Amino acid sequence: MPVLTGKELRIVGFLCNWCSYGGADTAGVGRFGQPTDLRIIRVPCSGRIDPLFIAKTLINGADGVLVSGCHPRDCHYAEGNFYARRRLEVLKRFLPILGIDPGRFDYTWVSASEGQRWQKVVTVFTEQIHALGPAPRFDAVSADMLAKAAAGALGQGGNRVAA
Amino acid sequence: MSRLEELKTRIKEALPGLECVIGWQKGYDPLHNTPLFMRTDADVDKLEWGPLNVHNPAVYLPTFTGKKVGVVVKGCDSRSVVELLQENLINRDNVVIFGMPCTGVIDLSKVKARLAGAGVSAGTVTAVTDDGKTVSVTAGGQTTAMPLAEVRADKCGRCQFPNAVLADAYVGDPIAPAAPAAAADADLAALDAMSVPERMAFWRYHMERCIRCYACRNACPMCVCRDHCIAQSREPHWLTQDDTATEKLMFQVVHALHLAGRCTECGECQRACPMDIPVLALKKHLNRTIRDLFDYQAGVDPQAIPPLLQFKLEEDNIKERSW
Ligand code: SF4
Ligand code: SF4
Repeated sequence: MPVLTGKELRIVGFLCNWCSYGGADTAGVGRFGQPTDLRIIRVPCSGRIDPLFIAKTLINGADGVLVSGCHPRDCHYAEGNFYARRRLEVLKRFLPILGIDPGRFDYTWVSASEGQRWQKVVTVFTEQIHALGPAPRFDAVSADMLAKAAAGALGQGGNRVAA
Repeated sequence: MSRLEELKTRIKEALPGLECVIGWQKGYDPLHNTPLFMRTDADVDKLEWGPLNVHNPAVYLPTFTGKKVGVVVKGCDSRSVVELLQENLINRDNVVIFGMPCTGVIDLSKVKARLAGAGVSAGTVTAVTDDGKTVSVTAGGQTTAMPLAEVRADKCGRCQFPNAVLADAYVGDPIAPAAPAAAADADLAALDAMSVPERMAFWRYHMERCIRCYACRNACPMCVCRDHCIAQSREPHWLTQDDTATEKLMFQVVHALHLAGRCTECGECQRACPMDIPVLALKKHLNRTIRDLFDYQAGVDPQAIPPLLQFKLEEDNIKERSW
C-alpha cells in the first residue's frame, strides 16, 4: 500500500458470493487487467447488504463503495436482489442529503461468467472515483464552513448540485 | 354536550373491556400537556383535547403486547397506529381507536420564542386559552396572543389527514385538510438549496450540538426495538461510545434508514429533541424518495405492504445504470 499512497483510493466492494464474486474471480483467472483500488467484501447475497454497511463505510472515510449481485431473476436465493435493488436505490438517493456525492456509490449486477463485464465495471467505477478524488471527510469540515453553518448562511451560493 | 364530553362518554363506555386508554392530560404547567393512561372514570375526566396535545400516543401501543388497549388519536397519530398494524407490530383486535378532527398542535419551540420576544419566560406561564384560531398565553402577568397558524407544528401546515385515517369511535364531523403552507417544507427546501459539501457542513454543525440522548428515537412510534437498538449493541458494534459528530451522524442515519418507507412524518423525533436539531429533514427527504420511487405513503392503508418489504420484477421508476 505505501508505494501506492496518493495513487490508490479506498474503494470498498460488497459482492455476492454466487455471481459477482465469481465474476471477479473469472476476471482474475482470465488475467483481465483491472485497477487495484477495490477491496472486496464477500457477502452471501446482495439481499444481505444492509444499506447501513454502505453508509457507515462512506461516513467513515471510504472514497467509494461498489455493490454487485446476481442479475435480476438470477438470484441464488430467488429474490434477494429484488429487495436489494429497492434498498440500494433508496440509499443512493439519500446520500446527497448527508453531504455525500451520490457518484461515490453505485450498484450493479455481474454474473459468475461475466469476467469481462466485471473488468469494465471496476474500471469505470474506479475512474469515476478518481475523477471525484479523495472523499471530503465529515470529521474534517473546514472551520469556515462550520461558521457558515452556525450562522445559517449555507445554500446562498446558488451552487446547488442536483440530488 | 361538547365534543370532548361526548368523547369521554364513549371512552367510559369502552373502558371496562380495556387495559387502559391512552390520551393527554394537563401537565406540570398550563403550557404543557402530558400523556394520560386512563384506567378509571376519574382518569377519563382528566382527558384534554386541543393544540397542546403534542405527543403521539401511538408510541406506547407496542408496549402493551397481548393486552387490549384504547388510544385517542389526532390524524397524524392515527397514521402511526395504521403503520404499526401494517407491520403486524400490534394486533387490530387489541386496539380501539378514538378519534376527533384536529386543527393543529403547537410547536413549543415557536411558542417559547414568541414569549422570549415578548420579554417573558416560558417558565412563568399561568394560563393558556385557545379559540381554535388563536392561542393566548399568559406569562409573567402579561397575555400574548399567537395565531395558531404561526406557532403550530410545521407538520400541521402540510397535514392531509386532520381526521383519523382509521377509527372505531369518531366524534365530530370530519374536516377538510387545509391547503399546504409553503413554510411547512422550508427545512427541506433549505437543504435542497445547499451544495453537497455544504450539506456535510450543515450536519457536522448540528451533530456537534447533539447530546446523544436518544430522545429522538425514544419518541418515535416506529422505533420499536427499544433496548435492542443497534445503536447500543456491542455485538455487532455499529456505534462506539465516542462523543464524535461522526458517531452521532451515523446514529441519525441508522434512525432514518430504519424508517425508510415506514416513517409517517409525525415529527416526534424532532419535537422531542432538546437541542432543536432538524432531524426530521432526513426523514422527509427519504419520504420524498419513497413517494417518487414507489408512489407510496406510510400509515394510510392498513392493508398496504411497506415498499421495502416487497418488489416488482420490473421496477417502474428505478433506472439502473448501464456500464
Ligand atoms: S422518524 Fe420521526 S417523523 Fe418518522 S415516524 Fe419516527 S418520530 Fe415520526
Ligand atoms: S434528540 Fe436531539 S440531541 Fe438527543 S440524540 Fe436525538 S438529535 Fe441528538
